[in-house]
Amino acid sequence: MSSHRTANDPPSGERGSASGVIDIGLAAASFLAILGAIYCVFVYVPTDALQGPVQRIFYVHMSMWLPTFTAFAIVAVASVLYLWRGQPAWDRLGQCAAEIGLLFCTLGLITGSVWARPIWGTWWTWDPRLTLTLVLWMIYATYLLLRTLSTDSHQGATFAAILGVSGIVDLYLINRAVYWWRGIHPAVIVNQKGGSGLTDPQMQITLVVCLLGFFLLFVWLLRLRMQAARLQDIVEDVRELLTHPS
Amino acid sequence: MLALLWKDLLIEFRTKETLASLLMLGLLILLIMSFAFDPTSELRRAAAPGVLWVAVIFAGVLGINRSLLHERENDCMHGLLLAPLDRGTIYLAKTAANFLFMLAADVVVVPAFIFFFNLPLWITVTRLLPVLLLGLLGFAAIGTLFAAISLRTRAREVMLPLLILPLASPLVIASVQASSALLNGASVRTVGHWLNLLVGFDAVFLVVGWLTFEYAISE
Repeated sequence: MSSHRTANDPPSGERGSASGVIDIGLAAASFLAILGAIYCVFVYVPTDALQGPVQRIFYVHMSMWLPTFTAFAIVAVASVLYLWRGQPAWDRLGQCAAEIGLLFCTLGLITGSVWARPIWGTWWTWDPRLTLTLVLWMIYATYLLLRTLSTDSHQGATFAAILGVSGIVDLYLINRAVYWWRGIHPAVIVNQKGGSGLTDPQMQITLVVCLLGFFLLFVWLLRLRMQAARLQDIVEDVRELLTHPS
Repeated sequence: MLALLWKDLLIEFRTKETLASLLMLGLLILLIMSFAFDPTSELRRAAAPGVLWVAVIFAGVLGINRSLLHERENDCMHGLLLAPLDRGTIYLAKTAANFLFMLAADVVVVPAFIFFFNLPLWITVTRLLPVLLLGLLGFAAIGTLFAAISLRTRAREVMLPLLILPLASPLVIASVQASSALLNGASVRTVGHWLNLLVGFDAVFLVVGWLTFEYAISE
């Protein structure tokens, strides 16, 4: 009996060095871009006339969503491909993207809450977008939980992939439901997330720098996580070989 | 498929355990919820559709869990897998059985709900029926697929609600909103969009379940 997750590609020297250069490049680029983003957010960008200094968190908050939704889209694609093709690499990609997507999603929810408290006067409202995000957060948290609670990694991967597929087909329905749900009653708070400010070119530049910085960070983290997952699979294969040599 | 459905119904008819537990649980949740809300206030009337659906859904979760647990006992699932059948067919039969069990339990739970919450009997029943049918079908569709998964994980019973409740959120929202509007005297036409959403949900998860059930049960 062999473990299902066989590492397809051995960690050969040349491949390792090329991807090492990309990793260092990505790390350096995201470090510089986030440094730039910190400068922009705290020094360069003017304070918002209506919301005051609190509005500065918006740039970071907004930057969390691009990685989040990219990650969840990757999970969906990887899930379909894993069920279809059964290659362990797709499963690894799905798992790693879900973990990092959930990280950014959590940070996005927290930064949004911090912003909402002084501006809306409440940590949380059942605004459709917030509700949708919370439901998504729960689906992908369960996605990860399902893996850890499965009895073997092959099962966990298959089950998680089914959830990944269900999650994405459900997305449209959840979206419609939460919008109608809140749409029937007039919204207590009109949702205008920093909308007024972004005509200012300095604010636009800051937002772009932030988006870029965090997206680079996301890509770098995803690569690192993928490498770690691949090494883990190799270790498991070796262990399997040692304990059941056949 | 009909043979499989018949097998499930026959087992249930002889043991009556799923139905009995579904029923008792549904009634208990109604009772607890009546304690949770002040029985005399207007608030309770507003909360009534929510209470009904909480009872239906939590009883449903346990009922579906039980029905797939049957297949694990004595390795019945292996027998089913050996049969020359499309896996999708097994899924549809299981879903149909679960749908019928929940419906049967609700034949008692809904009148109890009407009784406890002091609602007009026939008007309520006829108005709630389409929402109830669509909601239960969708819940059976998603529940059957994920019960097959959750029963093979370590957390088992805990895992099923964790898996399906977030995914079923459009179903819950649509059912509660439609029931609430209908109980307050709105016409069926005004809740048409909720019913459409329920139909969409049912269709989507029947197809997803039919396609992916194979992966959920194969070893």
